[in-house]
Amino acid sequence: MQTSLPHAADEAQADVAVRVRGLGKTYAGGFTALQDVDLDIRKGELFALLGPNGAGKTTLISIVCGIVNPSRGTVTADGHDVTREYRAAREKIGLVPQELTTDAFETVWNTVSFSRGLFGKSKKPAHIEKILRDLSLWDKKDSKIMMLSGGMKRRVMIAKALSHEPEILFLDEPTAGVDVELRRDMWEVVRGLRERGVTIILTTHYIEEAEQMADRVGVINKGRIMLVEDTAELMRKLGEKRLILQLSEPLERIPESLSAHRLELGADGHELIYTYDAQGERTGITGLLRELSAAGITFRDLSTKQSSLEEIFVNLVRSSR
Amino acid sequence: MNLRAIAAIYRFEMARTRRTLLQSIVAPVISTSLYFVVFGSAIGSRITEVDGVSYGAFIVPGLIMLNLLTQSVSNASFGIYFPKFTGTIYEILSAPVSYLEIVLSYAGAAATKSIMLGLIILVTAALFVPLRIEHPFWMLLFMFLTAATFSLLGFIIGIWADNFEKLQLVPLLIVTPLTFLGGSFYSIHMLPPLWQKVTLFNPVVYLVSGFRWSFYGLADVSVGLSLGMIVLFLAICLGVIAWIFRTGYRLRT
Repeated sequence: MQTSLPHAADEAQADVAVRVRGLGKTYAGGFTALQDVDLDIRKGELFALLGPNGAGKTTLISIVCGIVNPSRGTVTADGHDVTREYRAAREKIGLVPQELTTDAFETVWNTVSFSRGLFGKSKKPAHIEKILRDLSLWDKKDSKIMMLSGGMKRRVMIAKALSHEPEILFLDEPTAGVDVELRRDMWEVVRGLRERGVTIILTTHYIEEAEQMADRVGVINKGRIMLVEDTAELMRKLGEKRLILQLSEPLERIPESLSAHRLELGADGHELIYTYDAQGERTGITGLLRELSAAGITFRDLSTKQSSLEEIFVNLVRSSR
Repeated sequence: MNLRAIAAIYRFEMARTRRTLLQSIVAPVISTSLYFVVFGSAIGSRITEVDGVSYGAFIVPGLIMLNLLTQSVSNASFGIYFPKFTGTIYEILSAPVSYLEIVLSYAGAAATKSIMLGLIILVTAALFVPLRIEHPFWMLLFMFLTAATFSLLGFIIGIWADNFEKLQLVPLLIVTPLTFLGGSFYSIHMLPPLWQKVTLFNPVVYLVSGFRWSFYGLADVSVGLSLGMIVLFLAICLGVIAWIFRTGYRLRT
């Protein structure tokens, strides 16, 4: 497995939105949620943090945001230590937590305005209005939160996180349990924020979202960062490619003469699938086609398919077990 | 200091009072009026005067103190416990707000509510009995210090509690009995000699005594001692809160 871990010298401080060094967290019960985590999140990027349940994603986010105390290591947000200079650090950060936790009896407008006040910002009704309109909440501004659907509550939580105009936004599973239309709206908002230079750190179970939107991907498992890589580079480096041949005649089994190749049969013998490393010096395709011809196997069509980020992620997590 | 954050939390808490007006204001006023009916009519017919003050008027400071203590504790404890219970505490913890600002806003709002309630009860009492306040400044000072101290105690209870039962435990099993046994409805000089000494271990005695002195110039213990006890209790609460915030006890894991 090829991994690429960032190091202190990798990024200039001025380009770093969040810097994590030697971070560890052991809870009172003895459970170690994070171990020696090093990570740099660049300013203005959309960083996707992926990992299975219990990998340490939420603990990492909670430490950066000030909700959980670290056991070891340091974290800075825009150059400010999140413990010693917590005011300056937290002013920069917005958080949309995983759980739907809202003030049920408050109105949408009041709860979003409350969040802005909490961050020491003066009232700015025009900004609150813009957020509510962007998130399709304007019609609900006077509604009590308990009257809203789950999806609407999720929007309210995003609106609260954006109320103080953060430069760094943490989205912890923001689209969990949200319908397709809402997910699309949310990603529109996220795209708009990114265009304005907001750094976005995202955890999601919808890995295709990370694949489509993230500049870089980090994979965390058992409290350790396993890999940090540009999304496109990761796909290029770790993505296996498959050549799918649509056979003229179905095969019952793969002939012995072709056993040297990574071949498998699909679609009830109508497809012959060849898996290869797209980055390798030799893909073996030419030789395979020659041997297929020699074996009298003909095909009527062919196509190639790249591994998805989800497949890469699953393979990485499996290999660490 | 993040004054806007203090104002935001304070306004949020006060808005909760407005939403629950019946529970926050009307219910305590009605129950206090019932005390006047029960104690004033039933007992007042047997004890006409205590140290030259009509019994109905004598119990007014004790009744106000009873409400100040219980309401300060329950308002402040609920104020900080509820966001812990619902999970919205994440927002407070991730905001650029210091511990001092958190305490000022939550305990400040709780103290404001209980002082407002105390003043409403004072006005209500004036409808039932003739009142006089000999030392209004000291009356307000005692009221403020008591409300502030017990709001801090309530804040501590709210942090400590991890379920609704615990939230009610201290107000119901400790604060209310101590208040009833702390001379709210009688002078401790009316007790047998042994109980006069035992009751001095009850901190509420000092609060009620000092507060009653501000009304009628009557005190079970010296006013300086009453003031000293309140300040001592305030200092203890501040010390405990400082420890809670230094360690993150039940707030930050």
